[in-house]
Amino acid sequence: MKTGRVLMAHGSGGLMSQELIEQVFKRTWNNRFLDPMLDGALLDLPPGRVAMSTDSFVITPLFFPGGDIGKISICGTVNDLVACGARPLYLSTAMIIEEGLPLADLERLAQSMAATAREAGVSLVTGDTKVVEKGSADRIFINTTGIGVIPDGIDYRPSRIQTGDQIIVTGPVGDHGLAILAQREGLRFATPAVSDCAALVGIGKVLEKYGADVKCMRDPTRGGLATVLNELAQQSGKGMVVEENLIPISPVVQGACDMLGLDPLYMANEGKMVIIVDPERAAEIIADLQTVPEAAGAALLGEVRSEPAGMVLIQTELGAQRILGMLEGEHLPRIC
Amino acid sequence: MCLGVPAKVIELIENHVARVDVNGNQTEISIRLTPEVEINQYVLVHAGFAMEIIDESIARETMQYLQELISYE
Amino acid sequence: MSKLKNYQQQLLQAIKAETRQVSLMEVCGTHTMAIAKSGIRELLPPNIKLRSGPGCPVCVTSQGDIDAVIEMVQNQDIILVTFGDMMRVPGTRSSLQEERSQGADVRIAYSPLDALRIARENPSKEVVFLGIGFETTTPAIGITIEQAREEGLANFSVFSLHKLVPPALELIFSDSEIMVDGLICPGHVSAVIGVKPYDILAAQYGKPCVITGFETLDILEGIYMLIRQILRSEAKAEIQYRRVVKEEGNPIALQIIERIFKPIPARWRGLGVIPASGLGLREAYAGMDARLKFKIREMEEIPIKGCACGEVLTGKITPPDCALFGRACTPLQPVGPCMVSQEGSCAAYYRYTPASERKRLDENR
Repeated sequence: MKTGRVLMAHGSGGLMSQELIEQVFKRTWNNRFLDPMLDGALLDLPPGRVAMSTDSFVITPLFFPGGDIGKISICGTVNDLVACGARPLYLSTAMIIEEGLPLADLERLAQSMAATAREAGVSLVTGDTKVVEKGSADRIFINTTGIGVIPDGIDYRPSRIQTGDQIIVTGPVGDHGLAILAQREGLRFATPAVSDCAALVGIGKVLEKYGADVKCMRDPTRGGLATVLNELAQQSGKGMVVEENLIPISPVVQGACDMLGLDPLYMANEGKMVIIVDPERAAEIIADLQTVPEAAGAALLGEVRSEPAGMVLIQTELGAQRILGMLEGEHLPRIC
Repeated sequence: MCLGVPAKVIELIENHVARVDVNGNQTEISIRLTPEVEINQYVLVHAGFAMEIIDESIARETMQYLQELISYE
Repeated sequence: MSKLKNYQQQLLQAIKAETRQVSLMEVCGTHTMAIAKSGIRELLPPNIKLRSGPGCPVCVTSQGDIDAVIEMVQNQDIILVTFGDMMRVPGTRSSLQEERSQGADVRIAYSPLDALRIARENPSKEVVFLGIGFETTTPAIGITIEQAREEGLANFSVFSLHKLVPPALELIFSDSEIMVDGLICPGHVSAVIGVKPYDILAAQYGKPCVITGFETLDILEGIYMLIRQILRSEAKAEIQYRRVVKEEGNPIALQIIERIFKPIPARWRGLGVIPASGLGLREAYAGMDARLKFKIREMEEIPIKGCACGEVLTGKITPPDCALFGRACTPLQPVGPCMVSQEGSCAAYYRYTPASERKRLDENR
């Protein structure tokens, strides 16, 4: 474990920069693409349409139950590629580090990123680090950009969503949001909640064989399930109806939300997907998804309708319907 | 502010404080309004205080109805 | 269909047996939220109306009182500790959140005991707890005051805006403009005050009162019990929420209120000044009365133009009837407290808009 802290000199491009890269990054991310001799990575891409996605991660705290900013920076971009229908292949990363960050933390994050990338089957092929003065960044901000290739027959986009399609969520919602909330100061309550942060490559693989029967996929991060459903409804011009008692929520999350006056449908998730599929294949798809560890709790929520266009309705346990709106007002800041 | 949540008392601490559990989430609350409460009883929590002890026999009917009903189906 | 669903549907059918026009008032803001969330209103026949009442303590706080709190924060070097809801309530010119962004030390607490901790940790600063709430919350503040005295905390005080529910109910029943045939009584306030205040009200005004819980099933049972009384021309107080509410309430809590507070006249948004409806600290606790400590003056009531919170709070209109609802007044940019409070009727309607209202919502966007 390293001692010492990141210094401005580590970002200057000189000897100390090289040292930082060699000691912390290259040693941890060891693959045939990473070559500090080049300004970029030279890659071989299999045939097919290329998908690319980028995300920056500013989450605080850096380390939380279930993960850390390193893990989430890999999962976040990998999952965006999976949602596009792509097999994720390569990731770049750019870090902005506040001077004074303990080297031990940086090493821990680099290791976390390496382990997560390995599990997800992606390579970290190129990167950049900058160091800024104390106060100019909050410990560390990480960007990752990823590319993947979309197999033939896969086309996930909101415009393909049709009336009658079924709405699936791959597991219980609200865990990430709760795990982070509980870490923030001022909340003197202990929760066993753990972030669901995970790379969902397995979900992408399982869905490939269904080809065009899968219409669209999206991960419900900031704003939660309700927000993503609304986005899909608006972008597809369709309506959606989901049943309240079908939405999977763990007792821990429900209990905490009851205590704090929060709504799990608006809390962030980092290891879930919302999937819109053809009604004929829905049952099969759910059964298949349930064989993937990250989607063991996959459940059918409801269906797509033509009315009310652009809106999401939720059916209560009594059978009444009300509008499930987008999140208005404050998100929990810096949730991912 | 009327928000009250049923919580299980899992520990009695000095100074009229109890540790309670709501589905695994835990916090400490004052039991000055329900000083006779015992471990494993359920209390209604509001603003950091236990307001009432929830009557187990009635609670089991209503609070846990969902779980019981699943076994009926 | 599951046993629960079966029972819920049976209750709904039984409620529909009443074919006359019936107007029920749900007093408590938490009930309004729960009713909106469950969609019960949609499933009731049009002859049974649910109106929300003045049971949201933040919502019924008068404009003048809100301005007085904001002025105190502006002029005094204090740490103000408050429940979260109050932060965004609009005063005539500012809000607590606005003041905090301008540098005032305003902190959110989940419990008044947090304010004691802050007072201990900041011995050189004056810490004021903003006491807002009905009988459910007041005992907690009472205990906090007693604890502060035991510890000899000289830098702690309470700005009491606490209120009592029964006087407001009495005004509602006696106001001929407000049509109420029965009362869905607040479950947790009643856990403290018991059934006796409602016995008196039911007898005096001839209206059934049912103390109801907050699960969907509780609310259905409560409405059913009210309808049954109305059908039988009965008018008594009943407890649906038997697992929490005892007939005698919570005697310890009542004693604490009695010991530390005394009834004083209070101004309620929408209802005006009601004698003996507010709670002030007794002389013995004058040292912890922030109003005395900081010489808080009565502020003028400057109503916000167009804001119809007062009428919403008395059930005279429903939130969508307000011209500002969903347009100039939204949770992001609230004009009045009913849209801000976690228990506000307007917030409930907005958050849990029935599907049938979507046309109106589209027009507002």
